[in-house]
Amino acid sequence: MSNPEARFNQAIKEILSGGLTRTVLSVILGFLVGAMFMIGSNKEFLEGLTYFFSRPQDSLGAAWSVVSDGYGALFKGSIYNAEAEDIVKAFRPLTETLRLGAPLIAAGLGIGLAFRVGLFNIGGTGQLIFGMIFATWVATRIELPIVLHTVVALMAGILGAALMGALVGFLKARTGAHEVILTIMLNYIALYFFTFLMRDPMLLQEERATGNPKADPAAVTAQFPKLFGDEYSLHWGLVIALAAVIVYWWLMERSTIGYRLRMVGFNPDAAKTAGINVNRTYILAMGLSAAFVGVAASNQALGTAIGVTPSSHAGIGFDAITVALLGGSSAPGILLAGLLFGAFKAGAPAMQVIGVSPEVLGIVQGAIVLFIAAPPLIRAIFGLPKPQTTNALIAFRDRLFGKGGAK
Amino acid sequence: MSWLKPVAGVNSEERVGFKSPIVMAVVGLIVLYFFGIAGRSGQTSFELTRKDDAIQLPAFEIASAQLGVIAGVLLLLLAVGSLLLSLRNQKTPIWLASVYGLIGVTALLGWLAADNTVPVVFIAGTALVLAVPIMLGAMAGVMSERSGITNIAIEGQLLTGAFMAAVVSSITDNFALGIFAAMFTASLMSMVLAVFAIKFLAQQIIVGVVLNVLVIGITNFLYQQWLTEDGENVNFPGTLDIVKIPFLSDIPVIGPVLFENRITVFAALLIVPALWFVLFKTKLGLRARAVGEHPLAADTVGINVSRTRFWWVTIGGAIAGLGGAALTIGNAGAFGREMSGGFGFIALAVVILGRWHPIWAAMAALLFGFSIILRVWANQVSPGIPSDFITMVPYIVTIIAVVGFVGQSRPPKSLAIPYVKG
Repeated sequence: MSNPEARFNQAIKEILSGGLTRTVLSVILGFLVGAMFMIGSNKEFLEGLTYFFSRPQDSLGAAWSVVSDGYGALFKGSIYNAEAEDIVKAFRPLTETLRLGAPLIAAGLGIGLAFRVGLFNIGGTGQLIFGMIFATWVATRIELPIVLHTVVALMAGILGAALMGALVGFLKARTGAHEVILTIMLNYIALYFFTFLMRDPMLLQEERATGNPKADPAAVTAQFPKLFGDEYSLHWGLVIALAAVIVYWWLMERSTIGYRLRMVGFNPDAAKTAGINVNRTYILAMGLSAAFVGVAASNQALGTAIGVTPSSHAGIGFDAITVALLGGSSAPGILLAGLLFGAFKAGAPAMQVIGVSPEVLGIVQGAIVLFIAAPPLIRAIFGLPKPQTTNALIAFRDRLFGKGGAK
Repeated sequence: MSWLKPVAGVNSEERVGFKSPIVMAVVGLIVLYFFGIAGRSGQTSFELTRKDDAIQLPAFEIASAQLGVIAGVLLLLLAVGSLLLSLRNQKTPIWLASVYGLIGVTALLGWLAADNTVPVVFIAGTALVLAVPIMLGAMAGVMSERSGITNIAIEGQLLTGAFMAAVVSSITDNFALGIFAAMFTASLMSMVLAVFAIKFLAQQIIVGVVLNVLVIGITNFLYQQWLTEDGENVNFPGTLDIVKIPFLSDIPVIGPVLFENRITVFAALLIVPALWFVLFKTKLGLRARAVGEHPLAADTVGINVSRTRFWWVTIGGAIAGLGGAALTIGNAGAFGREMSGGFGFIALAVVILGRWHPIWAAMAALLFGFSIILRVWANQVSPGIPSDFITMVPYIVTIIAVVGFVGQSRPPKSLAIPYVKG
């Protein structure tokens, strides 16, 4: 592999077979699947089909317009609204994407961390709910000065979720029970427990209770402050989520703990032989994983001026699984994936307005991760080469950044 | 009836331990104190027959607190029995746990309905109807997991079945076609899981989760775009007729609960024992279990591992599809957004709670069905009771079972491990 041309070819092959290309293709395919559903459920298109061979342009035109309108509305609702009165309003969709993407990013990091250790944390919902319980309690039942109140509530949210996660890790390490079942069961237990707490005024129920389970809004001192003034509802949750991304990157790629976690993920037996306490690592991993989910929990509890309800978890615990899968459990990947699915949430109302059911985005989301989950399928569809085990790409990168000593 | 015997002495090295008697004694004391000694005043009346039943039985009346004391003492006696077995290093048999559960449930009903009546037939019958989707989902789980493939996609299969049954029945005006469509589509979905798991060696749990996301997305979209606009034509199937089996349905209590039902319930009551028979009494079942436990050994004796797994997962999917049909045309009468509401995940728990055994899994499904109706009913008879806790009970029981407090549940050995022919 000495001549540069051969090495370059090798690198191209690796890029094609590696994660990035596959991810991009999966996203494109996902949007195509969504488009097919939009077309297939469009009335004008179906009517045009009855006389398709005499005037195909009717059907095709309808198909084109429904897809372009649908995804156009998604863009308008999630990134930039060119029809807005002023520039401030035009950028509001983008800030909404960031606001809704922040908890997805944080929770996605949590699920991704578990994936890296070889664990499936399906319990995002339960951990999120426990985080919300802790954060809401601090934010509504304790009086503290501004800033400090926010910080304490945030930490409480992280702690609440982390305890829930560590419990799963403990039970798994202690008894060998599978974490998937434990986390699914704890999701339900947490949800009913949360509902119970919000039915009792002594616990979390709001003061002027209406009968429905609902908590008081977080105290003004505890709420996340707005990031760009009152014009946008984007708040500090985004900054905290971005900080979580950096912490995650450092933790997984640079720290000893991360090295240990990844080692257990690659091969628990080898890690054990190397003197790592695998059981303790499972507890640590589930705790850390849930701690990131706890950031999302605080975001949900402290990011709004209205009180939390049993549905405040907003399905983030499950969406985070798709975020982590699409992001390949890496810090930058999860950041981008969280923003993409955040954009889906932000753009949904705009699609509703023009009469395209935003539920189609659920299909896009599902299709994307289905393609991600089966690398051989993507390779089969596009005829990509098999993954390469050589490290020409790494050598190339090392030379580029002057690290030298390519292995 | 060999499966009724406790598996004692299989491995004499293994200590049974005292977890079961401890848990049983603690729960017994709780029942004795809270439902009995510190229980609620008032009479509880257990209504055994409905007004228009052929044979009328007198209602069974007892003071609520008195029932609590009796139940508590009985539970403590059973705990002592379990302790004696543990001392002789024998496991607590499942039938003893079942009797224990039944007494506990009776005490709970009596406590809830102080100064009120317990409509036994209504509660048991509704619990059964509610349990059917869970039960059939769990059968799908047993079939795929026994052959070695984790099936997290039961939720999606139920939802697919529910959707197809409602839509196809509405369009064709034919319930049989609706049920067929539900079973067929859900089995197609299972095939996707099977192909990904067997051919592409994808992570089975991930594929399952992803399939759920996809099905929820598709049904939500079609519901919103299609079913809400044209509901009268495509989402108005009505429900199957209730069939009374002559003579049998006249038996008091059991008759109306078991023999006066929709065909989906009868199907479930037949499928469960049939699956038990196939799984444990036929060559076919032996092969499937061999593939799930030790695929290499199965392959060596000439069993086609991939094909076995593929068909067990696929047929399991069809059964889950029937469970989905039971949600719409067997109960609610129309499709609703995400109407499977976690039943698929409960089915997964039920599989484990039932130790991968069709009949015990069906019993566990009944427990969940019971807890759902109990929550609704408890809100009516005594509104002050925190019914959220009652709903939590089955989930907590599952966790206790999974972590091995009441007998370790051991999954098939090669579960979730793809088999690559060497």
